[in-house]
Amino acid sequence: MPEKKTYKITHNRKWCKDCGICVAVCPKKVFEMDHNGRQAIVNPQDCIGCQMCVEHCPDFALIVEEVSHE
Amino acid sequence: MKLDALRSERLPNIWCPGCGNGIVLRALLEAIDQLKLDPDKVVLVSGIGCSSRAPAYTAFDNVHTLHGRAIPVATGIKLANPDLTVIVVTGDGDSSAIGGNHLIHAARRDVDITVIVFNNFNYGMTGGQGSPLTPVSSITTTAPNGTLDRPFDLVNLAAGAGATYVARSGIYFTKHMVDHIRKAIAHHGFSLVDAVAQCPTYFGRFNKKGSAGQMLVSQKDWMVLKSVADKKTPEELVGKTVIGEFVNIERNPAQSGEAPKEQA
Amino acid sequence: MSERVVLMQGNEAVAEGALAAGVRFFAGYPITPSSEIAEVMARRMPQVGGTFIQMEDEISSIMAIIGASLAGKKVLTATSGPGFSLMQEGLGYACMIEAPIVILESMRYGPSTGMPTKVSQMDLMQTRWGTHGDHWIIVLSPSSVEESYQLTIRAVNLAEKYRNPVILLSDETISHLREPIDTSTTPTLVERKLPVDKTGYLPYKTDASLIPTIANLGTGYRTSFTGLVHNESGFQTANGHVAEALIERLRDKLFNNLDDIIQYESDRVEDADIVFMSFGITARAVSEAVESLRSQGRKAGSLRFITLFPFDDDRVRSAAGHARTVVVPELNSGQLVLLIKRVFGDSRQIVPMNKINGDLISPQEILSFVKEENL
Repeated sequence: MPEKKTYKITHNRKWCKDCGICVAVCPKKVFEMDHNGRQAIVNPQDCIGCQMCVEHCPDFALIVEEVSHE
Repeated sequence: MKLDALRSERLPNIWCPGCGNGIVLRALLEAIDQLKLDPDKVVLVSGIGCSSRAPAYTAFDNVHTLHGRAIPVATGIKLANPDLTVIVVTGDGDSSAIGGNHLIHAARRDVDITVIVFNNFNYGMTGGQGSPLTPVSSITTTAPNGTLDRPFDLVNLAAGAGATYVARSGIYFTKHMVDHIRKAIAHHGFSLVDAVAQCPTYFGRFNKKGSAGQMLVSQKDWMVLKSVADKKTPEELVGKTVIGEFVNIERNPAQSGEAPKEQA
Repeated sequence: MSERVVLMQGNEAVAEGALAAGVRFFAGYPITPSSEIAEVMARRMPQVGGTFIQMEDEISSIMAIIGASLAGKKVLTATSGPGFSLMQEGLGYACMIEAPIVILESMRYGPSTGMPTKVSQMDLMQTRWGTHGDHWIIVLSPSSVEESYQLTIRAVNLAEKYRNPVILLSDETISHLREPIDTSTTPTLVERKLPVDKTGYLPYKTDASLIPTIANLGTGYRTSFTGLVHNESGFQTANGHVAEALIERLRDKLFNNLDDIIQYESDRVEDADIVFMSFGITARAVSEAVESLRSQGRKAGSLRFITLFPFDDDRVRSAAGHARTVVVPELNSGQLVLLIKRVFGDSRQIVPMNKINGDLISPQEILSFVKEENL
């Protein structure tokens, strides 16, 4: 059985405006808005690398890359 | 996608949280990237408004012009140097109100430029006033009881004026948007993409469209792919916005008046 | 070199002068009395490998030539008062981004549509202050067909050299006048300065000349243009100090070079006790009137403004001689005279002479005026 792919999520805090779009579009609930209304990556292990958050981030603040296991 | 063409030192951008402009800008950069254009030969021309700030976040030659005037400037650039890929970045008010006359005439002439309309249904930069693309009954700061005027259908407007490539897409459908922007740029002749974005700060708030995320995802509910819409009755499409390719015709050199090299 | 004298209309001379100056892009919209320029360009541009386009209005005409200029072409548009009003926003934009453009403005009677086929000099102040905000502009005024040809070449050269809009202020009469002109001289052409090194390229950084070295679009320099206040990089800023320095530089790049830009034609001002100051078509009547007055023994002289703006008070003062009386004939209710009054204050007798019925001022009228007013 092939190993489950894992992804690294890079979040640029300086560019992010906490709009919550990544929370709305992520199919795996990787992101949440915390109690201060700030974007937080809460379930990075569930990321499937679909790039929905990246392509919909209006601020170019997210990068999702596959982690290679070599 | 590599974002080589993004002028990172200019970020963060000036747009409000959840603004759709960044999503369209990303799709535009992706489309240019996919076309493997020589970045030295790409010129982005914009007017005035939130969307018109987009070109300055790119590393291409960019010309931020006056309100409504991006298209004639782009026309001058393209005619002066046909080797350049000239792309107009504009908003709904910029392109269809103050710049509406230039839009239809550029379409009529079939000038080989591409117009990307960042359509958020209102004037964001000045505080949420109504535009010619604001849907009837919508609340704006200049229509506090709801817009009485009917909006343009930008796609039909461009098509009627003679544009040889016309498409519409929405920011939820990013791959769809990239595909259609790419085809528009590659098209030889006047092309226009109605890129439906969003303004959560004004239009969204005034019209109770929910959060930026909710507005974005709601495009799934009120947008219909053209291939699907073609099989539906007009009644079934009430309240829906059709996205896809509406016009894609080969330019007719005789009709579009390719300039003769010399008239003795 | 053999003389090549041809009979030409003023508008045609502007078009041919522009072609001789290297103009290869013309965008315009029909308007009386400048339409013939567009018509000549429509025929001639394809012959020289240039581009002619008829736009949908004057707003788009000026914007199209700005675009073509940024892409490296020498450019011209032509219009008259109503169209020139529409061009004002583009004119300010060209000042701000420092795009070399030339606009031919042929004055007709105004305001509004006025009398389209009647001459006036009513748009003088519009050329200087038509667009909003502090700005500086070069305005040249021909008074013959020959000069229309020569000044068009000069206008293109000045625009390219100083990266500034230049307005050729003609009028209905000169536009439609036919006179023999000599087009045999090969003009000296000026090319805009372009950058040579991409490293550290800052489009709006200037040397002592204060004139920026901005790359043409599509040449790999990746320039950013904006009508917003911008710093040396070309990007927008709201920094008041940068704004102040920019506006001052836009002024100084012209005002540091007034010797190069300003041209007057003076006639016997040295010993004159009465001097006429005028421009354009009116200066031709002045010239004849001065001749008549001299033949009657009156010490008359004249100063003709070939360059109207920049307007330099000191130069006007020193070019005016010592005449007690200065008469300012013009085809409006008094525009040039405002500037002349500013120059001399109460030190001389400044006499406006205005005609606003759509006809020219004749030499005889000037003579009668001098007599009736006891000047």
